[in-house]
Amino acid sequence: MPTGQPHIQIKDLNVIIEGKPILKNINLEVPNNSITSIIGPSGCGKTTLLKTLNRLVDDSADVQVTGSVLVNGEDIYAPDAEVTHIRKKMGLLSQRPFPLPMSIFDNIAYGPKIHGVRDRKKLHAIVERQLKNVGLWQEVKDRLDASATKLSIGQQQRLCLARGLAVEPEIILGDESTSALDPISTQVIEDLLVQLKQDYTIVLVTHILRQARRVSDYIVFLCDGEVVEFGPSQDVLLNPQHEITKQYVKGFIS
Amino acid sequence: MSAIKRRLRKEKIARACMLTAAIIITGSLFFIIGTIVWKGMPYLSLEMLTQTPQGGFYIGKEGGILNAILGSVYLASLSTLLATVIGVPICIFLNVYVKKGSPLSRFSKLLFDVLFGVPSIVYGAIAFSIMVWLGIRASLLGGVITITLLTIPIVVRTLDELIQTVPNDLRHITASLGATRWEGAKVLLKYVKPGLMTAILLAFGRAIGDVAGVLLTTGFSDNIPIYLDEPTATLPLAIFFQLSSPIPEVQGRAYASALILTIIILLIVICTQYLASKQKKNRI
Repeated sequence: MPTGQPHIQIKDLNVIIEGKPILKNINLEVPNNSITSIIGPSGCGKTTLLKTLNRLVDDSADVQVTGSVLVNGEDIYAPDAEVTHIRKKMGLLSQRPFPLPMSIFDNIAYGPKIHGVRDRKKLHAIVERQLKNVGLWQEVKDRLDASATKLSIGQQQRLCLARGLAVEPEIILGDESTSALDPISTQVIEDLLVQLKQDYTIVLVTHILRQARRVSDYIVFLCDGEVVEFGPSQDVLLNPQHEITKQYVKGFIS
Repeated sequence: MSAIKRRLRKEKIARACMLTAAIIITGSLFFIIGTIVWKGMPYLSLEMLTQTPQGGFYIGKEGGILNAILGSVYLASLSTLLATVIGVPICIFLNVYVKKGSPLSRFSKLLFDVLFGVPSIVYGAIAFSIMVWLGIRASLLGGVITITLLTIPIVVRTLDELIQTVPNDLRHITASLGATRWEGAKVLLKYVKPGLMTAILLAFGRAIGDVAGVLLTTGFSDNIPIYLDEPTATLPLAIFFQLSSPIPEVQGRAYASALILTIIILLIVICTQYLASKQKKNRI
């Protein structure tokens, strides 16, 4: 990838679900190696925008997508785009931790396995590296064969992050990834994300303004399916240009 | 009367209704099982389990119903196996490959709802005409065709209900790891495995207990079936024939046969639950 080219470019994106326009004329260039938070009132299309990035939006019934989303310059909505390979580039950290119905080891090895890593030693090395990456190795190294559901909910979310990283994505998408967690686990995840931005481009959806303030470098303020404001976090939070952003940031609307 | 008293009285009435219903149902269940054990136990013998009907069995002489036991077990096992092999892919296709709410998906679900409720005699009649067309006589094969048709909707409907309860997260996660839909479907199947066993068990129970479907298509024979094209005895039909006899000895054996059928189903239930409990450890 040529340096300077943004990982994600969104051009004239419109998404209509069941006849209702959910996203309207979105144009965005997500900066590389930084955390971009999407904030906005409930129902403004935050999650839909995130799902559009890895084409999970295809999963909903009756969706029309126009415009383009370029990932490394390649339009993922082009007619000949291959979904599986696009999704592999993006790790998803969903709202609630959802371990796959298998052991801790297999949860992480699952991704590499489907992409063709068969060698047991290599798999073990990947599992160890990723668990260390999310600071879970010390806690689980003696029970890798135990069911992933035996972990605490905070540990599960870190496991899910490690599972996503194991397929070597370039981008991490987080959909309110800490909303089910206690404050301490939330902080662990936030710290991890801040560390990870050195190597990944991170896009988060969050409804917690303080979280956006704590972790993000850039903020997209979405309202009613439109990008109202986009810029460095400080600018958007401290010096919003639009009245509606001001009200949201001050907590008058949520 | 104060509001809280009224609410508490409603609570009491609701509880009483539930308790009555529970007692009636459990009571009748015990009554049925009790009757079978009471009337069948004296006639249950090793001979019943290990021998085929000898000359004069149906007028109270020597022999057993091994032919019907094996016939039923063969028929139900083969049909359930086929219904699973056909039904699971149908269900995966409808849930993973067909878009939710699309005309095909809605039509198929309606279709399986209807098929689920069609009485087994209708399947018997349809299978019978297929058999005439193919030139198959009443045989184990005919029975397997009928009962497979009968049990496919059971597998599909039960598994479908189950898959509906799986959070979308599972699909999203496997997809976001770069899994193809088929790879995702395999994880989905793993997730619903304990429930899938229940679906298969329901199908087996229906298969082994069905009378009307096998009446036209399976025939009856005093021999143990060896080949698929031989007429085959089944336990429900054996019970029916023996029960219509005026001889008390033969009627008693009918109850003993019913007891054997119940025990087979009980064994299958216990085995399935044991297997399911072993599978459960990785569930959420």
